[in-house]
Amino acid sequence: MAGVKTDSGTITYREAVAEGIAREMRRDPTVICLGEDIGPAGGVFKTTAGLFEEFGPQRIWDTPISEQAIVGAAMGAAMTGIRPVAEIMFSDFLACCWDYLANEIPKVRYMTGGQVTVPLVIRTANGGGLGFGAQHSQAVENWALAIPGLKIVAPSTPADVIGLMASAIRSDDPVVFFEHKGLFASKGPRPPEGHHVELGRAAVVREGTDVTLLALASTVHTALAAADRLAEDGISAEVVDLRCLIPMDLTTVLASVAKTSRLVTVEENPYQAGWGATVVSVVVDEGFHLLDAPVRRVASANVPLPFADALENEVMPTADKVVAAVRSVANF
Amino acid sequence: MSDSTELLRMYEQMAVIRRTEKAAYDLFLAGMVKGTTHLASGHEAVAVGASAALRPDDYVFATYRGHHHAMARGASPEACLAELMQKSTGLCKAKGGSMHLTHAAGNMLGSYAIVGAHLPMAVGAAWSARLRGTEQVAVAFFGDGATNIGAFHEALNLAAVWRLPVIFVCENNLYMEYTPIAAVTAADHPAADRAPAYRMSAQIVDGNDVIAVREVVASAAQRARAGEGPTVIEAETYRHYGHSRTDPATYRPAEEVERWLKHDPIDVARARLEALGVTPDTIKDTDERASAEVAAAVAAAKAAPAADIAEAFTDVWADGGAAWRV
Repeated sequence: MAGVKTDSGTITYREAVAEGIAREMRRDPTVICLGEDIGPAGGVFKTTAGLFEEFGPQRIWDTPISEQAIVGAAMGAAMTGIRPVAEIMFSDFLACCWDYLANEIPKVRYMTGGQVTVPLVIRTANGGGLGFGAQHSQAVENWALAIPGLKIVAPSTPADVIGLMASAIRSDDPVVFFEHKGLFASKGPRPPEGHHVELGRAAVVREGTDVTLLALASTVHTALAAADRLAEDGISAEVVDLRCLIPMDLTTVLASVAKTSRLVTVEENPYQAGWGATVVSVVVDEGFHLLDAPVRRVASANVPLPFADALENEVMPTADKVVAAVRSVANF
Repeated sequence: MSDSTELLRMYEQMAVIRRTEKAAYDLFLAGMVKGTTHLASGHEAVAVGASAALRPDDYVFATYRGHHHAMARGASPEACLAELMQKSTGLCKAKGGSMHLTHAAGNMLGSYAIVGAHLPMAVGAAWSARLRGTEQVAVAFFGDGATNIGAFHEALNLAAVWRLPVIFVCENNLYMEYTPIAAVTAADHPAADRAPAYRMSAQIVDGNDVIAVREVVASAAQRARAGEGPTVIEAETYRHYGHSRTDPATYRPAEEVERWLKHDPIDVARARLEALGVTPDTIKDTDERASAEVAAAVAAAKAAPAADIAEAFTDVWADGGAAWRV
C-alpha cells in the first residue's frame, strides 16, 4: 500500500514525523495538514512523505509561499472545528508570520475571556550544523518561549517525535513543534501504536550523580556524548532531556539538581535570552540551597550562524564545550 | 417578513449601535472608559446590512473598530459597554477591551487589532467550513488601510486559489488613521481594484445604505455557498469620530465631513422607511426604544462589579488555567 511506511522495528526521526502525523490522521478525521511542498513532494525534508498518497488532497494541502496565510488560515480553521497541522518549512521563516505566533494565536483565548479555542500545531524544521547559513540554521525555540500562551515541543528521538506529536495534535492548546534538521537521519526504535508522551514531562535519559546536563532536541545527543567522555574522567553526568519548553518540567530539573548539586544547560539557541536562562533563574531562586557550584550555560554564541563548517562549529554547542564547562564546576 | 418590517428591525439595530457608541464616547469623557476606543459611528449600515444577509452560523471576523460587528451578531450593548468599563460582566470578562470585542455565541470570532491579521483567519474558517461540508461562509471586515499589508494579499490569493466561501468586506472610510488612503495607495479603490489580480469578483457599494449592503453581501454569500468562491466588497463609508479617542480628525476637510454627515446611514434608512410608508410615529417609537435600551445598558454596566482579579490567571490554556511549568 502506498502511504507512510510502517514496516520495520526501527524508524528515522524524519520518518517519525510523517508516522506521528499519520497515526493521528487515521484516528481523527479533523486533523488536516497544510504547508509549502508538503503534498506530492513529501516536504523539502521528506518529513511528510507518504501522507499525500495515504490521505489525499482533501487532507494534505499544498500552499503558496505565504507564511501568514498558512498560519492565519490554520488559526481560523482551528477556531472552527479543525485540528490543523501547519508546516513552516524552516523555523527561521516563523519571522514571516510572527504576528500570528506573538499576537494572535497565543492571545485569542485569553483576550476573548475563553470564548475560543485554538487547537493547532505549527511544525517547523529548526537548528543548525548543516551549513545552511544565517537564515536557514537558527535554533529559535527561545523566540517562542518569549510569548506566554504557546506550548513548545522539541523532541530528540524518533519515539519522542511520535509520542509528542500525538500529544501536540490532541492538545486543545496551540503547540509549536520544533523538528531538528540535524536529527532527521537519526534512527531509533519504532514505538508501538498508541504511543504518546505527555507534554511537559522531561526525561532522565542517562542517570548520574555529579552534574546535571540539561538539554533539548539536538543537544541531548551533544550532552550524551559529553557524558561518555566525562565518565572516562570519573565524572558521573546525569542527562535530562527537557522535551518541552512549555510546559517546563522544572520538577524533574530540580529533582536532578538535588541529586547532583551541579547544573550545566546545553542549548542550541543563542546564549542571550536562551531557554536555559529561564531554567537557571528558577533553579537559583528555588534550588539555591541544592547547588554546590555555579551554574554554567553552554549555548550558541551571540552571533548570526556562519556558513563555513569550522565557523559554525566554533559558535555552536559541542561536546568539547560541555566537557569544559563541567570540568570548570566539577571541583568547585 | 415584509420589507418594511425587516428594514425597521435593521434601523433599530443601527439606532442601538449609534447610541451605544455615543454612550462609549460620553463614558470615556467621564473617565469611566479607559485605554482607547475606535468608534464605529457612521459605519453601522455595513455591519447591520451584512449581518442581515448572513446565516446565524456564518463566521464574522472584525477589527479593533468592531463594536458594531459584535452587536450586529448579537452581543448586547450592556456586555459591550461593561467590557469597555472593565467590568466582570464584560463581553470578554474585561480581558479584551474595546479593541477585542468577541461574541463567539454568534460566531463573531473576534476583533483583531493588528491590521489585516484576521483576513487569513477568515480564509481558514471558510476552509474549515468547506472541509466540514457545512456551507457556512466567513466574512472578514477590515479598513481601507489593511489593503496595503501583506496578509491582505496572502489571504486573497489563498482564498481565490482554493475557491473558498469567504467574503472580504472593506469598510473604506477614506482614511487609514490620519492619512488619506488615496495618498498612500496605488489604486483608486484600494480593495476592489486589487481583486481582479486574484481573479476575484469585486463589488463597490454605498456602505451607508443598509439595503444596498445587505443585497451585495447576500449575493456574495450565495455565490460562496454555491462553490463559486470569494468576493471582495468595498463599502464606501465615513467615520463620524476620529480614528481613536485621541484624534479630533482635524485633517478632514469641513465640506467633506459635512457631505458625509448628510449621508448618515441612519438617515438613509429612515428615508427608505418613510418611502415604504412607515409612519413617523413608528420611527419615533423605535428611536425611543433604542434610547431606552442603551440607557438601561449604561446603567447596568455602571452598576456591575469590577473585573474579577482572579480572571488575570484564567483562560490562557484550554484547561482554563495559566500554568506554564510543571
